[in-house]
Amino acid sequence: MKGLPPVLITAIVLVAGFALCAMQFPNIASTRVVGNLLTDNAFLGIVATGMTFVIISGGIDLSVGSVIGFTTVFVALAIERWGVPPLVAFVAILALSAAFGAAMGAVIHVFDLPPFIVTLAGMFLARGASFLLSTESVPITAPVYSTVSDFALRMPGGGRLTAIAIIMLVIVVGGALLLHLTRFGANVYALGGSRTTASLMGVAVGKMTVKIYMLSSLLAGIAGIVFSFYTSAGYSLSAVGVELDTIAAVVIGGTLLTGGQGSVIGTFLGVLIQGLIQTYINFDGTLSSWWTKIATGVLLFAFIALQQGLVALARRPVAKSAGAAT
Amino acid sequence: MTALLPRRGLAQILALIVILAVDRVVSPQFFDLRLQDGRLFGSLIDVLNRGTPVALLSLGMVLVIATRGIDLSVGAIMAISGAIAASLADSHGLPVVLAAALGAGLVCGLWNGFLVAVLGMQPIVATLILMVAGRGIAQLITEGRIVTFSSPDLVWLGNGAILGLPVPVAIALGMLILTGAVVRGSALGLLIEATGGNARASELAGVGTRAMILSVYVWCGVCAALAGVIAAADIMGADANNAGLWLELDAILAVVIGGTSLFGGRFSLVLAVLGALIIQTMNTGILLSGYPPEFNLLVKAVVVLAVLLLQSPKFSGLAGIAARLRRTKA
Repeated sequence: MKGLPPVLITAIVLVAGFALCAMQFPNIASTRVVGNLLTDNAFLGIVATGMTFVIISGGIDLSVGSVIGFTTVFVALAIERWGVPPLVAFVAILALSAAFGAAMGAVIHVFDLPPFIVTLAGMFLARGASFLLSTESVPITAPVYSTVSDFALRMPGGGRLTAIAIIMLVIVVGGALLLHLTRFGANVYALGGSRTTASLMGVAVGKMTVKIYMLSSLLAGIAGIVFSFYTSAGYSLSAVGVELDTIAAVVIGGTLLTGGQGSVIGTFLGVLIQGLIQTYINFDGTLSSWWTKIATGVLLFAFIALQQGLVALARRPVAKSAGAAT
Repeated sequence: MTALLPRRGLAQILALIVILAVDRVVSPQFFDLRLQDGRLFGSLIDVLNRGTPVALLSLGMVLVIATRGIDLSVGAIMAISGAIAASLADSHGLPVVLAAALGAGLVCGLWNGFLVAVLGMQPIVATLILMVAGRGIAQLITEGRIVTFSSPDLVWLGNGAILGLPVPVAIALGMLILTGAVVRGSALGLLIEATGGNARASELAGVGTRAMILSVYVWCGVCAALAGVIAAADIMGADANNAGLWLELDAILAVVIGGTSLFGGRFSLVLAVLGALIIQTMNTGILLSGYPPEFNLLVKAVVVLAVLLLQSPKFSGLAGIAARLRRTKA
């Protein structure tokens, strides 16, 4: 792809947006605000990393919000009601969410069904299961939770880099390494480019599909644990609609929704842009929170239109040889 | 009518009968109907009445899916049109209110159709934009409050009765007949199916695929707006946060249960509406049986999986799956 890569455009939008906000409210340009921005969007960053893999491979995962909700309820109940040690509860829920993702991937591959509808069923299933566990908000009082919540690295200027922000940064870096430097990552791009070609070139399409959805659900599980640290509670209605924020972050980050192109770093920037809009609205005080949705929608449109234009430009000289990307 | 109700509707009708029978076991008075103040009452009427929004949505959605598209924004469109109707209801007459609300749906549909047909975006992505932003727009109209109204005309639309039938049910029935007459009474339905089957081939054969795609999204927007007005009239208010929330998923589910393939190319209006009724009959049954309403989601998930597996071309007995698994492992 010639010209500006989408990630660079995302970065420019972020920097320009940040500069504009900082001009209006100088306090935004402080490590305190940046630290809070990272903490508030930690779970979104984690789940968006997984979604990046899914979308680059040409799929979509609508179940992540429900998996986060289920995780918070499961962890809260396991620790508070069933008396399970927190670490054991974490391992159990991560195994459970990974298995859930693997099952969705297997159904998508074996029955050749659209990922959209399979993960939609997964979304109903996980949300319904969390309602069955408990419909009330369950507070978590385990000592681990207060330890983790209190832990923070001091940044110059008084900002706090909290434990969950660190977890998110580690996962973003790990995800970027996995996507860009490993054979697994290369296969993800190959699948998104063309399933048939990838299969002919020897990529085990079935195994890859299962692994990709497993990764997405596993990260959603981790995001759920992080969310429970963030709120110190488990609630079956938590993280409703997060799948949309996640997809929006991935798209704004320059990942092609048809698959085959994108990056984890771009997604991370997309998450930060969404966080920045939220922060600006908080600082302004007179704007209502629904402006976030409208601004996200406008950004989403701008980036998709941009992608559409870039793809059209890239295809023009080879229009006859380029087949439909299915 | 043969064009509207093909032979393949048997499974759906049987499913509805089975669910109705289960409901009858759960609640013995399920089939009781009584006439009061010129309106029928009873669980069956309740199912029809509650099922109206999803039935209307599925009428638009089924045409969109027939062109190989999908419309995720119908819930948000419901919120927008409901918000408009509620804010205008007490100061304007019913015709103005309806025109404004349905006009908003039309504009939303045009926007979706423009993105898909003219800019060539993937339908999921194109309609995702309005799904995210639409609820914000609805909040903007209601200024974040729950707008209530008392205009008797609009309330009648949600709670009145025509010939004993609740008005929403009559409207849904009218829309079904209207849509059926237009798409099946002319070649339009065939052209829509051709577009979904193979857009390129249809284009070469002289079908105006762009116009087809644009018009199905517009129709879907109008149907969604109508559903939004009815939902607002039903509760005599508009709640931009919750009106039509997740109903896009129910509408897609109804279409899938109705046997319309997500890969486009064929559709059945009657079966899609039947799908909406099946979903509502399940909902009502779960409520009547005393299970928590949250149980609905689990049941829906199982039903959608079952229907998908049955529809899947790869699903031909366990032997087929085993063979495929062995092949993928090798």
